[in-house]
Amino acid sequence: MEQLIFYSLAGATVLFGMLVVIARNPVHSAIFLIGALMCIAGLYLQMGAEFVGGVQILVYVGGVMVLFLFVIMLVNVRTAERVRQLSPEWKTALLLAGALSVELVYLVLKGPGVFATAAPEAIPALQGNTQNVGAALYTKYLLPFEIASVLLLVAMIGAVALARSRMD
Amino acid sequence: MPTDLHYLAILPEIITAATGIAIMLLDPFTAPQHKGRLGWLGVAGLLAAGVAGAAQSGRTMTAFGGMVQLDSYSVFFRWLFFGVSIGTILISLQYLKREGVHHSEFYALVLFATTGMSFMAASVDLILMFIGLETVAISTYVLAGFKRSDPRSNESAVKYFILGAFSTAVLLYGIAFLYGQTGSTRFDRVAEALSAQGPSAFFLVGLALLLVGFGFKVAMAPFHVWTPDVYEGAPSPVTAFLAVGPKAAGFAALVRVLYSALPDMENHWGDVLGLVAVLTMTVGNVAAITQSNIKRLLAYSSVAHAGYLLVGLVARNELGISAVLYYAVVYALMNLGAFTVVVIWSGAGETRVHLSDYAGIGFRYPFLTGCLSLFLLSLIGIPATGGFMGKVFLFAAAVQSHHVGLVVIAVLNSAVSAYYYLRIIVIMYMQEPAAQVPSVEIPVPAAVALVLAALGTLLTGLYPSALLDLASRSVLAVR
Repeated sequence: MEQLIFYSLAGATVLFGMLVVIARNPVHSAIFLIGALMCIAGLYLQMGAEFVGGVQILVYVGGVMVLFLFVIMLVNVRTAERVRQLSPEWKTALLLAGALSVELVYLVLKGPGVFATAAPEAIPALQGNTQNVGAALYTKYLLPFEIASVLLLVAMIGAVALARSRMD
Repeated sequence: MPTDLHYLAILPEIITAATGIAIMLLDPFTAPQHKGRLGWLGVAGLLAAGVAGAAQSGRTMTAFGGMVQLDSYSVFFRWLFFGVSIGTILISLQYLKREGVHHSEFYALVLFATTGMSFMAASVDLILMFIGLETVAISTYVLAGFKRSDPRSNESAVKYFILGAFSTAVLLYGIAFLYGQTGSTRFDRVAEALSAQGPSAFFLVGLALLLVGFGFKVAMAPFHVWTPDVYEGAPSPVTAFLAVGPKAAGFAALVRVLYSALPDMENHWGDVLGLVAVLTMTVGNVAAITQSNIKRLLAYSSVAHAGYLLVGLVARNELGISAVLYYAVVYALMNLGAFTVVVIWSGAGETRVHLSDYAGIGFRYPFLTGCLSLFLLSLIGIPATGGFMGKVFLFAAAVQSHHVGLVVIAVLNSAVSAYYYLRIIVIMYMQEPAAQVPSVEIPVPAAVALVLAALGTLLTGLYPSALLDLASRSVLAVR
C-alpha cells in the first residue's frame, strides 16, 4: 500500500514536471508546476515530515506560485505561445541531461551506501515532526531564529526602499 | 532549553540592530532636511556598540547552546566592522544629500549589515554564520541599488543580487553536505567528527562547494567577475563599504571555518587556496592595469588584495592568521580612504570618475590628492605605510611555512600593481589640468573620515607592533 502511494505520487510528480516544460501556455505551465509541488508535499507527508510538507504547500504553492502567476500576467501570453519551444542550445542541454542521468542511475544502482553519512544528533522524543521542529527552533536554534527576524526586516525595508513609487 | 542564554555576549549586535530599528521608527518624525541626524544616531549606536565590545575584551565564553563565541577574535573583528560602518556613514552624509537620495533606510541598512558581519565573525556554528552572511548580503543588494533612478546603480544591484543569490545557494549546499557527513553544524563537533572518520567523498564535495561560496563572497578569482561591474555602478560610499566590510567579514568567517571546523583537513584546502591566491592576485593586478575608471580600477585592486590575504591563510601558521587580521585593518583604512576621495571628487551625479578627470588637480587640492597619494602608496606597499608592514607580515608567514614560490609571485604582483597606482599619482601631479578645474567642496564629516584613515595608515606603518600584538592575541582564540 505504502509503495503504491509512493509510486503514484512520484509518477505524478514526473508527469507534471514534464507537462511544465511541454505546455505552450505559460499559465498552464504554472498550474502544472503547482501539481508537481503538491505531489512532492505528499511525498514529504509520507516520509513523516508533515511540517516540511505543510511549508511546501504554504510557501511554494501559496507564495511562490502566486508570484509566478503575477509575473506571467505581466508578459504577453499570446507572444509567449508563439516562441519556439526547443532552445537552440538543445545539444548542450541533452549532453548535460545525459551526464546527470548516468550519475543518477549509477547512484541508484549503488544503493544508499555510496556516501558514508553520520547519523544526525539525537532528537528528543516528542509527538511528531512539527513539535520537534518547533522545539529545536525555540531552544537549540534560538539565536539564528531571532537573527532571521532581523533578516526578514531587512528584506522588507529593502523591498519598500526600492519599490516605493515616489520618495519625498 | 539551552542554559547559556548570555545576552551580554551579543550585546554589541543587539545595540547595532536596535539602533537600525530606532532609525526606521524615527524616520517618519524627521523632516527631510534633518535626515542627517539619523545618520549621526547610527554613528552613536556604532560607537556605543564598540564600547560594549571593549567592555567584553579579555573574556571568553560561548553562548546560546554553543552558537556564538565571545573571544578576542570576535572582539577584534567587531571593532573593525564598527569602524568601517562609522566611516561609511561619515562619507555618506553629504553624498546622499548631493545625489538627492537622502533616505534614512540607508543608515538603517548599514547598521543591519554591520549586525550581520559581527555575527559572521562571532559565530561558531554554520547555521548562525550563514544567517549573518545573508543579513549582510540582502542589505548590500539594496544599498547597491539605492540610487533608484540611476540605471548604473540598478544594473549593479541586479548583477549583485543574481550572482549573490546563486553563490549563497552554493554555500548553503556545501553546509548541507558538511552536516550530512558530520551530523552537526557546530564547528567543534564538525572537527571532532572529521578527525574521527577522516575525509570522504561527501566531505570533499561539501568543502569544494563551501570554498566556491566563500570565493564569490570575498571575490576570489575565478569567482570575481561580478566585482568590477557591481563596484562601478553602486553609489561610491556603498562601493567603499562593499570592498571593505563584507570582504573582511567573509575572511573572518572563512578563517574560523577553516581553522576551527576543518583543522585536520589542512592538506585538502591548503593547496587549493594557494592556487586560488596566485590566480586572484594575478588576475586582479593584470586587469587593473587597463582600467580607465577609478572605481573599476579600485575594484580590481580589491580583488588583488583578496589574493594577498589568501597568502596568509595558505601559510597555515599563527603569524599567517595574525597577518590576515592585521592586513584586514590596514586594507580597510586605505581602501575606505581612497574611496572617500573618489566620493568627494566625483561631484554631483558621480560624473568625474574617469582617470583623466584627475589630471593636474594635485596642486589645486593638496589635501585631497595628498591623502589619495598616501593611500595609493600604502596599497602598493611602500615602506612607512601600513600596507607595507601588512605585506611584510603576510609574506613572512608564507616564507616561514616554506611557500617561497607563492611569495615570489606575490612580490612580483606588488611590483605590477605599482604601475597602475603610481599612474594615478602621475596623472594628478604631472599632467596638464583640464581647461577649467571644477571646484569641489570638502564636507566636514568626510574630511574627518579621511584624516582618521590617513592617520591610521601612517600609524600602522610606523608603529606596527601594537596592532600586530592585538592581532596575534586574537588569533589564539581560533587555533
